[in-house]
Amino acid sequence: MTDHVLSAAKPEKARGLPQINPVYFLLAALIVAIILNNPAFVEPTGYMNFLKRAAPLAILAAGQVYVIVSGGFDLSVGSLITLVVVGSSMLSNNDPNATGWVIAAMLGIGLAVGVVNGLVVCFLKVPSLIATLGMMITLNGFAFMWSGGAPRGYLPDSFRYFGRFNIMDIPVIRMLPVAVIVMAVLGFALYWLMHRTNLGRMIHAIGDNPRAAQLAGVPVNRVRITAFVVSSLSAVVAGILLGGFAGVSTDVGTGYELQAITAAVLGGAQLLGGRGSVPATIAGALTLTAIFTLLNFLGLPQPVRQVVQGLILIAAVALAMYRRKRTGQ
Amino acid sequence: MKQFLSYAVTAGMLLATANTSHAADNFNDPEEFARQREQLAMTPKGPEGQPWAQYLVGKMADTAKYKKEGPATVCFSNAGVNNPWRVVGYTNMKEEVALHPEIGNFVHVDAEGSDDKQIADINDLLAGGNCDVLIVSPNTTAALTPAVEAACQKLPVIVFDRGVQTDCPVTFIHPVGGYGFGIQGAQFIADNVKSGGNVLMLRILPGVDVLETRYSAGRRILDEAGLKVVGAEFTDGDNAKTKSIVEDYLQRGSIDAVWMDAGATAVAAVEAFEDGGYEIPVFVGEDQQDFLQKWRALNMTAIAPTYPTYQWRTPILAAVSILKGEAVPGPEWVLPQPAITKENLDSFVNEKMPPLHYTMCGCEEMPNYPKAWGGNE
Repeated sequence: MTDHVLSAAKPEKARGLPQINPVYFLLAALIVAIILNNPAFVEPTGYMNFLKRAAPLAILAAGQVYVIVSGGFDLSVGSLITLVVVGSSMLSNNDPNATGWVIAAMLGIGLAVGVVNGLVVCFLKVPSLIATLGMMITLNGFAFMWSGGAPRGYLPDSFRYFGRFNIMDIPVIRMLPVAVIVMAVLGFALYWLMHRTNLGRMIHAIGDNPRAAQLAGVPVNRVRITAFVVSSLSAVVAGILLGGFAGVSTDVGTGYELQAITAAVLGGAQLLGGRGSVPATIAGALTLTAIFTLLNFLGLPQPVRQVVQGLILIAAVALAMYRRKRTGQ
Repeated sequence: MKQFLSYAVTAGMLLATANTSHAADNFNDPEEFARQREQLAMTPKGPEGQPWAQYLVGKMADTAKYKKEGPATVCFSNAGVNNPWRVVGYTNMKEEVALHPEIGNFVHVDAEGSDDKQIADINDLLAGGNCDVLIVSPNTTAALTPAVEAACQKLPVIVFDRGVQTDCPVTFIHPVGGYGFGIQGAQFIADNVKSGGNVLMLRILPGVDVLETRYSAGRRILDEAGLKVVGAEFTDGDNAKTKSIVEDYLQRGSIDAVWMDAGATAVAAVEAFEDGGYEIPVFVGEDQQDFLQKWRALNMTAIAPTYPTYQWRTPILAAVSILKGEAVPGPEWVLPQPAITKENLDSFVNEKMPPLHYTMCGCEEMPNYPKAWGGNE
């Protein structure tokens, strides 16, 4: 099937149209499989719940792809999510009027984390894998110190609005989760910034060949720091959505950094930089969520589920790599 | 070579099957199930209204030989303070120590969830020679047994929460147990849902003995009551995952009851029903404040079995008795394990406490309540 698709796409390439990324076919196939298993998925509550659940990872991955394209990793995002959720609950202390400044404070923390990550990588020359690993451990420690090991407060409903609330009584789709609106708006903004602006081109350039980019006049350090800031801010938004969706817990962000990187790779991003797409990364995040949902619907026992999940992941990434080789991109 | 490999693989597989079937027996022991079920119904002995000082089994251990004059040093080797349950429990213990002037010095060493560190901690405490009594909350049962045995040679030892495979400690303090926890919740479902109803079982993770026994006991009761278990899912104790799993089950069919092996994610599960516009079914949670408050706010049909955190007060009481040479319940000190029900819910809800405060702490009358537990005055 893949061969057929690729060869069918070739003439289009000759006409200068872009290749279709296989992650979209994978996502479509998974969604068809979900619908076959659970026809109720075509109802708005089915697919809207799915999109709502995928929104935090999609935004996080769309931010992560900035760092990946610039030639690095950002492992600190998972613990930043935890810090955002724990910190917001501590600061807002169930006061609905605090939501505004608490969110501003969290974005400020995100900005600071991104800048520090970038500075450490650019000026102390610490590889991003280690720099952000150190940041991950540090932020986890902060979250633990702040909370004393157990959540100390609740998130008010006005804070949880973004991750939890559904706007009802809308014609045709009936319900529209606020999280899905956030995902659409931020997804488009990140797409525009990456693929339609000079900043996006410079991020690609430093990931592909930093020396060449520098010689061509790209402010390498500033661009790299910006990429880390975008990633950190996306983690703050993901934290706000996750805290809204499910409430406070002290390990809410655990594992999200690897999921975000996986989503980017599923979308065809190159791990050592120079290539990656925001829309395909968002599709990669939806694919990961679809795998989880499908396995839920199939009702397989846990160990079988893990095996299947692992195999699908490896196969999907292999497919993405194969396509890259074929197209020579 | 090939032949050797195939032998090795066969042997490995045999061993693996042998191990799993052995493990399965351990976690689903009909005798232990029956014993704990009986203990749940027992009237406890000891001071009225102070369950942390009560006991279900009347056998006593003589401690006259440990009697000591003057202020004593009590040492505590703790498996960790790495989850909200242990945070509440350890606060109980510190506050209990403050009530006893006869404890001159309280030494706490935190193993941070590591067997190796805890074994080293116990050795260091023994080598220091300052401890008059040693309290141990073991990280894992088998790994800590030799260290506890070595300690028994030198001083009186009190073990609580998880056990060890030796009866050398003066006493082993624990509530009724995992089967009891599973029974309380599942029996409530069986009493409130018609036979044939759909039950979703939510579990944290596989392979942990205290959780496996909760599940096996719950499953046994639900099966016997003719209820249909539509799924037994692992949530990893993650709120978002719990909510997603319940949402997916709701798309596939109706759910008449939710059984959980621990309550930390219970509110997320309730919210899945709430946000989807479904009626909240019969629920089994635990004694965390967030669940109790949700229960009251939504007027749910629910029960909260507990693994009471007041058991952290008891080792200090035992240590003080031992130093006075008074007999304590032993070799096992079985504490009552109450469940919170509709009838007594109001007395446990306290909106000033943090969301994951484990309410069955027996700490409301202590001097620094609620501040020391993170509550607001």
